[in-house]
Amino acid sequence: MLSLLLRDLRLAVRAGGGFGLGLAFFLITCTLVPFGVGPQGDILARIAPGILWVGALLACLLSLDRIFALDWEDGSLDLLATAPLPLEGTVAIKALAHWITTGLPLTLAAPLFGILLHLPPAAMPWLVASLALGTPALSVLGAFGAALTVGLRRGGLLLSLLVLPLYVPTLIFGAEAVRRGAEGLGASTPLVLLAGITAATLALVPFAAAAALRVNLR
Amino acid sequence: MASLWEYANPVRFMRTSGALLPWVTAAAAASLGIGLVWGFLTPEDYKQGSTVKIMFLHVPAAMMAINIWVMMLVASLIWLIRRHHVSALAAKAAAPVGAVMTLIALATGAIWGQPMWGTWWEWDPRMTSFLILFLFYLGYMALWSAVENPDSAADLTGVLCLVGSVFALLSRYAVNFWNQGLHQGATISVAPGDRISSTYSYPLYLCMLGFFLLFVALLLLRTRTEIRIRRLAALRARELRA
Amino acid sequence: MTVLAVRGLAVARGGARALDGVSFTLDPGEALILRGPNGIGKTTLLRTVAGLQPAVAGEIVATPESIAYSAHADGLKGALTVTENLTFWREVFGGPPIEPALAAMDLTHLAERPAHALSAGQKRRLGLARLLVTGRPVWALDEPTVSLDTASVALFAAAIRAHLAAGGSALMATHIDLGLAEARVLDLAPFRATEGSRVAPASFDEAFA
Repeated sequence: MLSLLLRDLRLAVRAGGGFGLGLAFFLITCTLVPFGVGPQGDILARIAPGILWVGALLACLLSLDRIFALDWEDGSLDLLATAPLPLEGTVAIKALAHWITTGLPLTLAAPLFGILLHLPPAAMPWLVASLALGTPALSVLGAFGAALTVGLRRGGLLLSLLVLPLYVPTLIFGAEAVRRGAEGLGASTPLVLLAGITAATLALVPFAAAAALRVNLR
Repeated sequence: MASLWEYANPVRFMRTSGALLPWVTAAAAASLGIGLVWGFLTPEDYKQGSTVKIMFLHVPAAMMAINIWVMMLVASLIWLIRRHHVSALAAKAAAPVGAVMTLIALATGAIWGQPMWGTWWEWDPRMTSFLILFLFYLGYMALWSAVENPDSAADLTGVLCLVGSVFALLSRYAVNFWNQGLHQGATISVAPGDRISSTYSYPLYLCMLGFFLLFVALLLLRTRTEIRIRRLAALRARELRA
Repeated sequence: MTVLAVRGLAVARGGARALDGVSFTLDPGEALILRGPNGIGKTTLLRTVAGLQPAVAGEIVATPESIAYSAHADGLKGALTVTENLTFWREVFGGPPIEPALAAMDLTHLAERPAHALSAGQKRRLGLARLLVTGRPVWALDEPTVSLDTASVALFAAAIRAHLAAGGSALMATHIDLGLAEARVLDLAPFRATEGSRVAPASFDEAFA
């Protein structure tokens, strides 16, 4: 299992763009928003939690179709499916590799982008905590969508359509935690609910994703 | 006694549904016609005026939008567990009907909301939930049309329907948490002290029945079409092999 | 002791039943070559035996996790070196060390080269070296000699012979004569699926025919 994780990470580093692309996209999103809504700090501060969460979510979406597509094309997925490792484990590891290359950097860099958008300092810990708790669910749900659409010709577009509605609960609780943190309210309730959704997603969705992969392999 | 599962046989299903379809269609037309006219002739509400009458479209459509998804979930489970082809095709056939019901509920809600709340769209939990439900319908239909092998498509959409149901439910609660809205509570309640007078409730029940029968009629019709499409493909494949 | 027994197997491709009633057994040290015209369903049969797709009818009896599958796509990553590619598959399958496999496929001198810089034949040899590091006794090979030159085919035949001598077995679809005199040949033409020979529907198409 560790070797699969290491291989995916190594490929992400060598193929280029694995770590940087999502971050760059996130930066561009956070740069474009003030051009759209104006430079007033109070407006930006008010909408910053939502922008940061939506930006992180879209940055995550960007690289989802690569989770299985490359392994599908070169036949690795066939071989992994016949390997001793259960396919559910393969899905979980690949989602973890996706999280390490996108979700984790986004979480760590988010406070910087928060400064760009005038996010109140009080909200920074909540931003990092909510992203750390929420982005793993984004990766696993994304792996599910990627498993459904692997091998389809225009899978990328369909993937977004399938995955984005699944992101709604995570987005709501994640952004709500940051918003409450920014307003100085207790933000632990949405954070706990967010963690609950992530835990349930991590536990159950890999099974659905593996089932979808098996269907697509035959 | 014949088991319910025998209707999973396409031939048996075609025969039975063909016999049922005219009756269901007639019943749907009758109850919808009577229900809507009766609803239109009800006196105006002292508070909401004549706008209340859109309820006879709005409430049944909203009810069916959710029930059709539940029906698709059950049909998907039957396909995934017992591999009955008609069940998978019924789920496929129901999806566009459900999507249109969701659209009707959203559109009539907007038309009703404009004079009541002064806005066409409000990010009220219920309306938002229906918008999310509509997105789920769209994704489900898109996946059906994107996968070429019908067996794989049935399996994948079945899994999507399962996962989607869980997340649609989660979204419902998340949206409630996110915004406690201005939508009125449940219109029809079994609890004592009904909030709706019988002047409105009887035509409303009739409209609900009408929408339900309309769905059954459309479902039978569309499932029959799907079966014929599959049969045509099978015959063509056999011709190619010969 | 039979390592693989197939009885009355029916397989489907693209919703249509391709082969029906296929039966054979494979013993340790034995090789079986599948023959038949293009499109008869050799690949489908091998994928079904490898467990990648479900059988329509019949049964496949084999020890769990005893079959190594190899097809046209080798599962190689161009960004990784030959050693890294092979080490990865060895770790996933928990097989023997990679050095003998590299030597057997004459890849030792290319060990540090990235896989994208290999020729088609060299990639193919790396794909076959992967079989050696799976440590699995039954090889299911789909056209293993594609893009191999004469010398490489000889290398491959030697590897197969060594595998058989060590008690392994191989199930292959190939058109090339590997010079494996001891290999049995199974002609698939008599098993071509016909109308009316169905027990359970293979797919939507059959259910409605």
